[in-house]
Amino acid sequence: MLDNPLLQSLFGGILIGLAAMLLLVGNGRIAGISGIIGGIIDKPASLTDKDWRLAFIAGMILAGIAYALFTGAAPAGQILAPLPLIVAGGLLVGFGTRLGAGCTSGHGVCGIARFSARSITATCTFMLVAGLTVFVMRHVLTGTGV
Amino acid sequence: MNIGIALLAGLLFGIGLVISGMTDPAVVLNFLDVAGAWDPRLAMVMGGALLVTTPGFYLARKSGKTLTGAALQIPTRSDIDAPLLVGSAMFGVGWGLVGLCPGPAVVALSGGATAALGFFASMAAGMAIFSIYRKMRPVG
Repeated sequence: MLDNPLLQSLFGGILIGLAAMLLLVGNGRIAGISGIIGGIIDKPASLTDKDWRLAFIAGMILAGIAYALFTGAAPAGQILAPLPLIVAGGLLVGFGTRLGAGCTSGHGVCGIARFSARSITATCTFMLVAGLTVFVMRHVLTGTGV
Repeated sequence: MNIGIALLAGLLFGIGLVISGMTDPAVVLNFLDVAGAWDPRLAMVMGGALLVTTPGFYLARKSGKTLTGAALQIPTRSDIDAPLLVGSAMFGVGWGLVGLCPGPAVVALSGGATAALGFFASMAAGMAIFSIYRKMRPVG
C-alpha cells in the first residue's frame, strides 16, 4: 500500500479508470453507477440486460467486503449526517442523477474522457452546487451536525 | 453480456473507490469545502481515472467494438437541456448534504451500517420516483 494519501488516491483513480475500460471493451457499457442501478429500477420485471448490472453492483459490494477481510479496516467512513438529511440527500442523489443522466462516474470519469459537452456541463454543475451546499451547511448554518 | 467481466469490473471499481478514500464522506465533503481544510484527494482520483479513460475511450471508439465484436453503447446526445442542469444541481445538493455519490453509496452497503443502508434505500427510492415521473411525462 502506498503511504502517501495523494498517491494512494491517484492509484485508486487509475483502478477506477481500468474498471471503466474493462466494462467498455468487455461488455460495451459505460461504467456509470447511477445508470447501472437506474436500469434495474426502471425495469424491475424484465431480466434481460439486468444480469450484468446486478453482477457489477455485486462486485462493488464484494470489494468492500474483501477490503475489510484483507486489511481489517472498515471499507467506508462514517456517515455523519443526521437521518433526515441522509434521507433527503439520498432522494436528491437518486432523482437528480437520473434526471441529469449521470453521476460522478458516468459524467465525471467516462463523459469527460470522451469530451462530451453534456458531461462536462453536468460535472461542473454538480461540483459547483455540491460545493455551495457544503459551504452553506458548514459555514452559514452551523451546528447541524454535518 | 459477460457477467464475469461485469463482476470483475465492479470489484475493481469498488477497490479503487475504497483505497482512494472516496467511500469516506468526510474526505469528499472536505474536498467540496474549499473554505475549510481543503482535501485535494477527490481531484487525484478523477485525474487518475481520466489518465486511463481518456486514451482508453479514444482507442475503444476508434475500433468501435468490444473484444468480442459487439457494438459499444456510448451516449450520442450533445445538447445541453434543462433536465441535465436541474438534475445535476439536485444531485449536487444531495451529494453536498451527505458526502456520498452513487458509487461509494453502493460500496458502503458492505459495511452494513444503518446510515449506509438508509442512504442507499433513499437513493433507490429517488430513482424509482424518477421512473414514475418519466412515465407520466415522456417528453423532457
